[in-house]
Amino acid sequence: MAYIKAISYYLPETILTNEALVEEFPEWSVEKVAAKVGVNTRHLTASNETAGDMAEKAARKLFVEYHVDPSTIDFVLLCTQSPDYFLPSTACVLQDRLGIPTTAGAFDYNLGCSGCVYGMAVAKGLIVAGIAKNILLLTSETYQKYLHPSDKSNRSIFGDGAAACLISTEGFAEIGKFDFGTDGSGYRHLIVETGASRQKERTGRESTDDDGHVRREDYLYMDGSAIFNFTLDSVPVMMENILAKNQIDKDAVDYYIFHQANKFMLNTIRKVCALPKDKFYINLENTGNTVSSTVLIALKDCLANGTLQKGMNVMVTGFGVGLSWGGTMLKFQ
Amino acid sequence: MELNDFIANFADQFDETDASEIQADTRFHDLEEWSSLTAMGIIAMVRTKYDKAVTGREIRDCETVEDIFNMIAAK
Repeated sequence: MAYIKAISYYLPETILTNEALVEEFPEWSVEKVAAKVGVNTRHLTASNETAGDMAEKAARKLFVEYHVDPSTIDFVLLCTQSPDYFLPSTACVLQDRLGIPTTAGAFDYNLGCSGCVYGMAVAKGLIVAGIAKNILLLTSETYQKYLHPSDKSNRSIFGDGAAACLISTEGFAEIGKFDFGTDGSGYRHLIVETGASRQKERTGRESTDDDGHVRREDYLYMDGSAIFNFTLDSVPVMMENILAKNQIDKDAVDYYIFHQANKFMLNTIRKVCALPKDKFYINLENTGNTVSSTVLIALKDCLANGTLQKGMNVMVTGFGVGLSWGGTMLKFQ
Repeated sequence: MELNDFIANFADQFDETDASEIQADTRFHDLEEWSSLTAMGIIAMVRTKYDKAVTGREIRDCETVEDIFNMIAAK
C-alpha cells in the first residue's frame, strides 16, 4: 500500500492583484472577471527564479514542517512543463541541491493540470513494486513566464507555484485505484508552439481563434471553449470510473478536490456531475490556477483548516493540457 | 426544448444587459456585454440545462439568439 505522508507548498513572493491588472487593462471589468474565474491575487516568480528553485523551496518546507531527513528519500519525481534546462532533468539537479542520496532515482515528467495525480500513480507503482520506499513528488510551474503581456485572460487565471508531497509505505492518506485518460488529438488546445524541437525559432505569428482570442505561437495559447468542452465530457465519466474502480458509492465520498482550473469551470463541472456544494472544493482566490500544484495546495489547506478528517474518502482529479486526465480516491487514516 | 425558455436561459448569462433586450431576433454579437466569457456561459448553460455540447465556433457562426436555439435543437 502507498500513502501520502507529508504535503507542503511554496508560492513566490511577487503578488499580482486584480487592481494592478485593471490598471493595465482599463477597458476591462476586473470585478466581473474575478467573480467568474474566482481569482483575486496570483503569485509570480522573479525573473531569476525557476520551477526548479520553487520546487527546492517547497521540498525544504516539507523537510522542516514534517521533520523529514532528506537522506531517507530514495526517489524524486518532478512534474513540470517549465524545466530549468532542456537537459538534464531538473529532478537530478534537485537531488544534489536537496541533499538526497546519490542512490536515489530521479526524473522529470512533462504534464500540466493532470500531473499531480500521475505522480501519485507512479509513486504508488514504485512502492507497490518494491522499487522505492520514500518518494518525493514535486510539482512546479511558471506558466506566467509563457504568457504574452497583453493576454489578460490567462494572466488573470494562472499563478506560479510549487508543491512537495512525500509518498511512502505509511502515512495519513492511503492512495486508492486510479482512472486515467489521454486525447492527444487536442494537443493544440493548450500549447506553447515554439522554442522546442518542432519549431525552435520564434515565428512571431498571430491569428484569431473561434472565441475571438489572439493565438500567438511564441506564447502560451489556450482555446478556452475547447478545453471547457473537453473537461465537461471527460470529468463526469472519469468520476464514475473512479467510483467503480474503488468500489465506493457516490454517497460514501466525503469530499471532492478537483484541479482548481477556475471557479466558473468548477461550478459547471459540479453541476454536470450533480455534486453537492458543501462537498466540493473551490478556492483559488489567492493562488490562481497553479497547474499541477492545485490539488496538493488544496489538500494541504484542507488539512490545515480541518476540512479533511480521519476516515474521510476524498476524490482527487486533474485534467487539462495534453489533453490528459486522471483521478483517484484518498482514504484518510 | 422551447424557444422562450431558451431565450430566458440565454438572458440569464448576462449581468448588465436587461432580459427585455434579448429576443429571438437579437443579434447577440452586437450586445455591448457580449464577450468570450459570455460565450462560455452559454456553453455551460446548454450543457447543464439541455445536456448538449456546443463549441465556441458554432456560437460564433450564429447571428441571432434563435439561430443558436435552432442549432442546438438540431443536435
